[in-house]
Amino acid sequence: MDDVVVLKTENLTKHYGGVHALEGADFEIRKGEHVAIMGDNGAGKSTFVRQITGVEQRTAGKVWLYGKEVNFAGPLDAREAGIETVFQTLALADDLDVPDNLFLGREKTFWNFLGPFRFLDYKGMRQATLAGLNKTGVKIPNIRNSIRNMSGGQRQCVAIARTATFHSRLTIMDEPTAALGVQETAQVENIIKTLKDAGEPLILISHNMRQVMDLVDRIIVFRRGRICANLKKEETDGQDVVAYITGAKTQAEYADAA
Amino acid sequence: MTDTSHGTGGLTFDKTKRSWPNEMNILFALIIIVVIFEIMGQVLPYMNDQSFLFDTRGRFDSIFNEARLKIIILQVAIIGIIALGVTQVIITAGIDLSSGPLVAATAMIAMSFAQTELVNGNPNPKAVFGVWAMDLPVLLPVVVGLLFGAMIGAINGTFVAYFRIPPFIATLGMFLILRGIALWWTEGRPVSFPTEGYKFLGSGMMPVVWFLSLAAVFHVILRYTVYGKHTYAIGSNEEAARMSGINVKRHKVMVYMIASMLAAFAGVVLSAKASTAQAGMGEFYELFAIAMAVIGGISLTGGRGSIIGTVLGAMVLGVIRSGFTFVKLDGSYQLMAMGGIIIAAVILDQYRQRNRA
Repeated sequence: MDDVVVLKTENLTKHYGGVHALEGADFEIRKGEHVAIMGDNGAGKSTFVRQITGVEQRTAGKVWLYGKEVNFAGPLDAREAGIETVFQTLALADDLDVPDNLFLGREKTFWNFLGPFRFLDYKGMRQATLAGLNKTGVKIPNIRNSIRNMSGGQRQCVAIARTATFHSRLTIMDEPTAALGVQETAQVENIIKTLKDAGEPLILISHNMRQVMDLVDRIIVFRRGRICANLKKEETDGQDVVAYITGAKTQAEYADAA
Repeated sequence: MTDTSHGTGGLTFDKTKRSWPNEMNILFALIIIVVIFEIMGQVLPYMNDQSFLFDTRGRFDSIFNEARLKIIILQVAIIGIIALGVTQVIITAGIDLSSGPLVAATAMIAMSFAQTELVNGNPNPKAVFGVWAMDLPVLLPVVVGLLFGAMIGAINGTFVAYFRIPPFIATLGMFLILRGIALWWTEGRPVSFPTEGYKFLGSGMMPVVWFLSLAAVFHVILRYTVYGKHTYAIGSNEEAARMSGINVKRHKVMVYMIASMLAAFAGVVLSAKASTAQAGMGEFYELFAIAMAVIGGISLTGGRGSIIGTVLGAMVLGVIRSGFTFVKLDGSYQLMAMGGIIIAAVILDQYRQRNRA
C-alpha cells in the first residue's frame, strides 16, 4: 500500500457547551485505504466527520490533508481541498436535476465578471456528469429529470457520483445505505468497490457489520466521543468489533477512553 | 407509468417521461378563459354579437381588437412588475407582503424629487421640498426610489435570514411600517405635478414595456445564472444548499432586495402614470402579485415556479378583469371569480403534482 498519509487528525475535540461529543481523536488514513468508523449512536462518528469537513468548527485539535495543515471555514473549503462527503441526510435539492445537484455550490460558469449573475455552463456540467456516472457505473437514462422522481437508492447514487465527478482526494460516506433496500445497497457497495479499485481513499461510517467486513481494510471504533479501537480487518471479526462498540473491550493504547 | 423491470437491480434508473412544462397548462387555461368570454359575447342576448378578442367592427388594421389587448396587459403591468420579484421570494420558500405599501411609500418619496417648480406659472401647490428639489433630472427620483426599495428589501431579508423571523411576520410588520411612512411623509397630502420626463416613465404603454422587458431579464437570470440556480436550490432544500457551500443568508437578503427594488420601481411607474402619489396607493397589490405567481404555478413551499408562469398568471387576471367589463358584470363578480380561480389553480396544481410523483 502507498505510504502517503491522506488525512491525519491529532487531538480532534468538539464540545457542544458541556457535552463532550468528541474527545482527543487521533486518526490517520493512507492512500488507497478504505477505513470504517463504527460505534453506537451518539458515539461521536458524525461529529468527527463534521469537524474534518468544515461543517462545524472544532473546539481543539489539528487536521492535516496530504501533509498540509488545514482549517476549513466551511464545507465548500473542504470540497475545494478535495474532501467529498456523502452526508447521512441526503444533501440534494429535489427540484433540480442530476447535473444541477452534482455541481450545486460550484457550478461551471462563464462570463464570470457578472458576479452572482454569471451564466451557467449547462453543457459542460452535463458532460462532466455523464463522465462521472460512467466512472462509477451508475446508469441514468435522463439526467435532466428532477431528483424528486427518483428512488432513495437512485438519489444516493447521485450523491455518491459527486465523488467521481470531482476527482476527490478523500471520500467520506456517512451511513450511505441506511435507508436503502437490498438491491440498492448492493449497488452502492458496488460503487464503493469501484472506488477501491481506483485507489481512492474512503472513510465509511456504517452500522452494517457485513458491509464493513466486506468493504474496508481497517475499522476504527468510537465510544462516548473517544476512539477505543483501531482494528485491521484480517485480525478481527464481527463479534470482536461488537465487543469494542459496547464497551466490553478496549484496546490497550486507548485505555484512557474506557 | 415508470418502468423498473429492466436492468440489474437498482442499477438502472426509471425512465420518466420528460414532463410537459407547467407553463403550458396555464397557457391552456388562459386560452379557455378567452374562449369562454368570446362565446359569451356571441351568446348573451344583450351583447349584440360582440367579439371579445377579434376586430369585427373594422376599427383596427388587424384581426384582433388591439385596444382590448392593450388594456388587458396594461392593467396588470404594474402589479406584474411586483409579481416578478415576489416570484423570486416565493421560490426561496419565502413571502413578501410589504410590496403594496412599498409601492405607495416609494411613489411618495420618489415623486417628491420629481416635481416641477411652476404649475401654469404659479408655484407648485403640492411642493414637498424647496426649489432645490424642483425640475431635477428624471434619473434622480428613480435612483432615490430604487435605493429606498433596496434598503427596505435589505431590512426584510436581514430579518428573515439572520434573525430567523418567519417571512410572513417580517414582511407583515414591514407592511404596516411602510403604510405609516407613506402617510407620515407628507402628513397624508398627495404629491403631484411631476416633470414631463417623470410622467413619460408611466405614459401610454410604458408600463407594459417595463413589465415585459424586466420579465425577459429576470427569466434569463432565474433560468441561466448562478443566482437563479441558488434561488431554486434554497427553496428546494435549504439544508442541502447550505451543505453545498451556498451562503444561504446572504443570498436570501439579495433576493428580498431585488424583490423590493422591483416593487419600488412599480411605485415609480404607478405615480408617473397617475401623475400623482398618494399614501393609499397600491392597496392589495401585494396580494394580487402573489395571486399572479400562484396562478402561474408557483409552489409556496419553494423550489418551483417561473417568470413565464407568473407572466401568464398576470395575463389570466388581466383577461378576467377585462372580460368581466366586456360582459358588463361589475367588480363584485370579478373579485369572486378571481378568488375562485386562485383556489382552482392550486387544486389543479396539487392534483398534477400527485399524479406525477
